[in-house]
Amino acid sequence: MEWETVIGLEIHAQLATKSKIFSGASTAYGAAPNTQACAIDLGLPGVLPVLNREAVRMAAMLGLAIGAEVARRSVFARKNYFYPDLPKGYQISQYELPVVQKGQMAIDLDDGSSKVIGITRAHLEEDAGKSLHEDFHGRSGIDLNRAGTPLLEIVSEPDMRSAREAVAYMKKLHQLVVYLGICDGNMQEGSFRCDANVSVRPKGDSKFGTRAEIKNLNSFRFVERAIEFEIERQIDLIESGGKVVQETRLYDPDKGETRSMRSKEEANDYRYFPDPDLLPLVLDDAFIDAARAALPELPDAKKQRFMEQYGLSAYDASVLTTSRELAGHYEATVAALGGEPKLCANWVMGDFSAFLNKDNRDIADSPVDAAQLAGLLRRIQDRTISGKIAKEVFEAMWAGEGDADAVIKQRGLRQITDTSAIEKVIDDVIAANPDQLAQYRAGKDKLFGFFVGQVMKLSKGKANPQQVNDLLVEKLKG
Amino acid sequence: MHEKTIAQLSAGLAAGEFSSEELTRAFLERIARFNPRLNAFITVTAETALVRARAADQRRQRGEAGPLTGVPIAHKDIFCTEGVRTSCGSRMLDRFTAPYDATVVEKLNAAGAVMLGKTNMDEFAMGSSNETSFYGPVRNPWDLEAVPGGSSGGSAAAVVGRLAPGATGTDTGGSIRQPAALCGITGLKPTYGRVSRWGMIAYASSLDQGGPMARSAEDCALLLGAMAGFDPRDSTSADRPVPDYAALLDRPLDGLKIGLPKEYFGEGLDGAVAQVVEEAITEYRKLGAETVEISLPNSRLAIPAYYVIAPAECSSNLARFDGVRYGHRCENPKDLLDLYTRSRGEGFGAEVTRRILVGTFALSAGYYDAYYLKAQQIRRLISDDFQRAFQQVDVIAGPTSPTVAFKLGEKVDDPITMYLSDIYTIAVNLAGLPGLSLPVGFATGLPVGLQLIGDYFAEDRLLNVAHRYQQATDWHLRAPAAFA
Repeated sequence: MEWETVIGLEIHAQLATKSKIFSGASTAYGAAPNTQACAIDLGLPGVLPVLNREAVRMAAMLGLAIGAEVARRSVFARKNYFYPDLPKGYQISQYELPVVQKGQMAIDLDDGSSKVIGITRAHLEEDAGKSLHEDFHGRSGIDLNRAGTPLLEIVSEPDMRSAREAVAYMKKLHQLVVYLGICDGNMQEGSFRCDANVSVRPKGDSKFGTRAEIKNLNSFRFVERAIEFEIERQIDLIESGGKVVQETRLYDPDKGETRSMRSKEEANDYRYFPDPDLLPLVLDDAFIDAARAALPELPDAKKQRFMEQYGLSAYDASVLTTSRELAGHYEATVAALGGEPKLCANWVMGDFSAFLNKDNRDIADSPVDAAQLAGLLRRIQDRTISGKIAKEVFEAMWAGEGDADAVIKQRGLRQITDTSAIEKVIDDVIAANPDQLAQYRAGKDKLFGFFVGQVMKLSKGKANPQQVNDLLVEKLKG
Repeated sequence: MHEKTIAQLSAGLAAGEFSSEELTRAFLERIARFNPRLNAFITVTAETALVRARAADQRRQRGEAGPLTGVPIAHKDIFCTEGVRTSCGSRMLDRFTAPYDATVVEKLNAAGAVMLGKTNMDEFAMGSSNETSFYGPVRNPWDLEAVPGGSSGGSAAAVVGRLAPGATGTDTGGSIRQPAALCGITGLKPTYGRVSRWGMIAYASSLDQGGPMARSAEDCALLLGAMAGFDPRDSTSADRPVPDYAALLDRPLDGLKIGLPKEYFGEGLDGAVAQVVEEAITEYRKLGAETVEISLPNSRLAIPAYYVIAPAECSSNLARFDGVRYGHRCENPKDLLDLYTRSRGEGFGAEVTRRILVGTFALSAGYYDAYYLKAQQIRRLISDDFQRAFQQVDVIAGPTSPTVAFKLGEKVDDPITMYLSDIYTIAVNLAGLPGLSLPVGFATGLPVGLQLIGDYFAEDRLLNVAHRYQQATDWHLRAPAAFA
């Protein structure tokens, strides 16, 4: 039988506010345990939550970016359950009336087409703390630094049909929240993580199969692998006469498999009810307009503009708009050079990105800025150096040897464009290789490359390649 | 000095008749002498009280004294007090020292009031007789075998027993007004949002409200003036100015329209109590007020609605007491579930446990609509009843409680009868309105309270209406013989 997979994702994006969603404690990552938990985060008797408006503004920005309705009135509710790292015994979340309702986002598929994924809702909530089970000798440690960190939970419709689509959606959303500046996107630190709801059904069926929820996936690779595994597991199960049960599963990245965490029957009854400590969240036009005004150019619009303004291919435009920083660096390079958008694109996507990756650096602390890169490209443009030599110059610039002109001068890399000088080298090469010359003249055209190589070698790569070509053709004719 | 009201003490301090230190010492001595009989205080902070009294005296010398500077008061042990045990009447918090002050405490400290200690209360404010306290029942100074009412029973007994001239209380379903009535003092539950809940340990967050308890309306006006006001730390706090309550006390009552809800004078009201309340209303007519019979048709739904909403909220509010971070923790838990169940089982008393269970049930999947949602709808109907009434009348009056103080132990095994003790007060919390109880006489030798209910933020009017009555009568000045 042919099977169809149905996937919906719940993505938790940690909002990049300075303080927590209901207290003034810092949200900075990595502090010593329990040093960033104030009385409110600890759930001491008598404390009360006060909503962080910045978190609301960020949620509204996401809503506007995905064409969703930003609710004029939304309600915070308590989700009640006991857990040692949940200080109040309930999580403040939004339940019936979330702040962001019904949006959508287009993703690019492998075949080049695009697909619209529905977004059911996005709601604000607080994160819990962390339980640490190692290093406590049979006991558990609790770190409440993360308790009260603002999260935006973004829930998709079950619109994805493969693990690849799910990853494409997750990547696109990741790109968006980072673009918006509302999430740092750091998946290792858990700033962007996902729960995947996966089910399968016979192709053509309109009814959904029973789903399993895979919890807490914090890398694109894990999402893809976990879903792939889960699809296989469910199909195997059904085909061997079994039934999928509704349950929560965990992905084990070491074994590459998912395993059951708890079944529906064991699931908590969260006893949601509106939080009486917080009034309904009411947003007026001015608030929403201000959030709209704060929206940056969004990835899709930027990509489109790059294609139109710079004549780039869809592929180049989409690589260059991966992040606002990269796109900004590209545009600054083009501006500094005063044109040559394709040359700039090749360099920004090529060596520049490769060096960043190699050193694991952000653009912000790249040793070569846009003006310096443009300075290098200008020397290719005016034929002071060849593209090949430029790579050597770039490496030297990256290592801190100065800007392009300084490196070229210091290393004596200026290209030889003097015809007589090049002819002299060619003459030397021909004289030194009589056999090859004879063979070439007898019709072995391939040897042309050999002569080019020898000339470049003898000129230490500095001879202008085009001139070398032209002159060689003449000289070899005899 | 102990027989004086706060207003009189304030005047005495201002005139230099006595110092705050002398005054504080006098009350501390009375506490030492009488508290063993009353059990009104859980914690007495004698040393810090004297330190603060001396500071208040110095402040007065610098010419920076306000009306409450140097006046000793007591705080219900539901308000967090920095560095002082804050037990909420529970074993759960028997060893809990709050690391911060509640806003109410902070404000009264700033006004220069001197805290004598923390008063006894029903556990987590759940009770109407002060018998659910982990620290044992409080006794009513008018009859040591009778209850003082609850949950602010320690504050009420302390005030009428002259162990403190005034105290703070909290009121979720009648917990200021009912003990005020049963002890013969004046107590005001302000409009929801008038007094900050920051640092006030939550029982039912949408109903809880702190307020003053003292001998007279004038004293309550002085205390409320210091307690009330917007607090950015409480999202439900009202951002509106605080009137000068004391300055508004003397307005004449001519033409005042008092509504008498027929539902508050029917079945269940003790005949002797009814008679005293009628006499008080007659007195109001003499003072120029006009009375109108009104109806609050949904009154009978108040108790059932309250006993869904309050337990629902409490089941969630008290989840934080889990033995993990602070509070009572059982010995040698064998696993997490054992830690939770034994810590909570040992830490909470029977009434608290009952309400947590009721509330958990009411919020459960499949029951939420039938209970919690229905109760919220009733709450709206009850508010609407009051709003209709206030189109006709200025204030509403009736008995605070259907009976005078009952005997200790009399109702402990019958929660429903106990709950009926708050039948006239609970609707006021559900609607979020201000309510005041003032002493208006005695029935079978025990005090009777008259409840005045006002429209939102009409605390000034309630205090004014109570004050005019107290100018014409002296019920509020009566003291139990043994504590005079």
